[in-house]
Amino acid sequence: MVNRLLVGAHYGLKDWIIQRATAIIMALYTVIFLVVVGAVGPASFEAWRGIFANGFMKFASFLFFVSVFYHAWIGVRDIWMDYIKPAGLRLAMMILTVAVLVGYTGWAVQILWRM
Amino acid sequence: MTEMTIKKRRPKNLDLPTIRLPLPGILSILHRVSGAALFLLLPFLLWLLQSSLASSESFAGVRGVVGHPLVKIILLGLIWFYMHHFCAGIRYLLLDMDKGVDLEAARLSSKIVFAVSIALTLIIGAKVLW
Repeated sequence: MVNRLLVGAHYGLKDWIIQRATAIIMALYTVIFLVVVGAVGPASFEAWRGIFANGFMKFASFLFFVSVFYHAWIGVRDIWMDYIKPAGLRLAMMILTVAVLVGYTGWAVQILWRM
Repeated sequence: MTEMTIKKRRPKNLDLPTIRLPLPGILSILHRVSGAALFLLLPFLLWLLQSSLASSESFAGVRGVVGHPLVKIILLGLIWFYMHHFCAGIRYLLLDMDKGVDLEAARLSSKIVFAVSIALTLIIGAKVLW
């Protein structure tokens, strides 16, 4: 076994599971989206808008976006942890990442429910 | 003590030009690169969705932007990144479940990921962009 100091009660299992759960949600949505777009063939504005006006697609699209943002948080956080060693800079990058992703969530809500 | 003996027994090869990243390794780093690129392009994608849904005028505007050859190439690259991340991700989910962890199976599945993701990119690109 590797000798290491364990600090705190968080060992990353929760993030590991969320990364995979969100991946499955996104994969399912991708298939649904491609099938719907393939079936509707949204050449016109009305047809394209109609896809997202549908209640189920609105809900699924929002779930997809939230999954993308949470999944992106875990992946991007891993990148910062791998390549950015100074603790202050790393923390700043993490905070910036969370900030933009929370902002994107609000933006996605606005896009989907403003129509 | 045990740590020291393990360290001593490890083979070392620091002759970098002789080290070739195997296909699963290329798949792995592309999984990270594509994820980072998709993250960086999120605002562009959200803007595309917003403009395409806001009004018929802005929808026509998006069609104009997407019709530009340079944008088409960027979007095709983006579709490939998405499809690579998607297919490689499914492979990782299977590896998590202990499926295909042998060397031969892992090499074969990485070849399948490249073939399927590139094929899907070409099909979707042909349907949506051209």
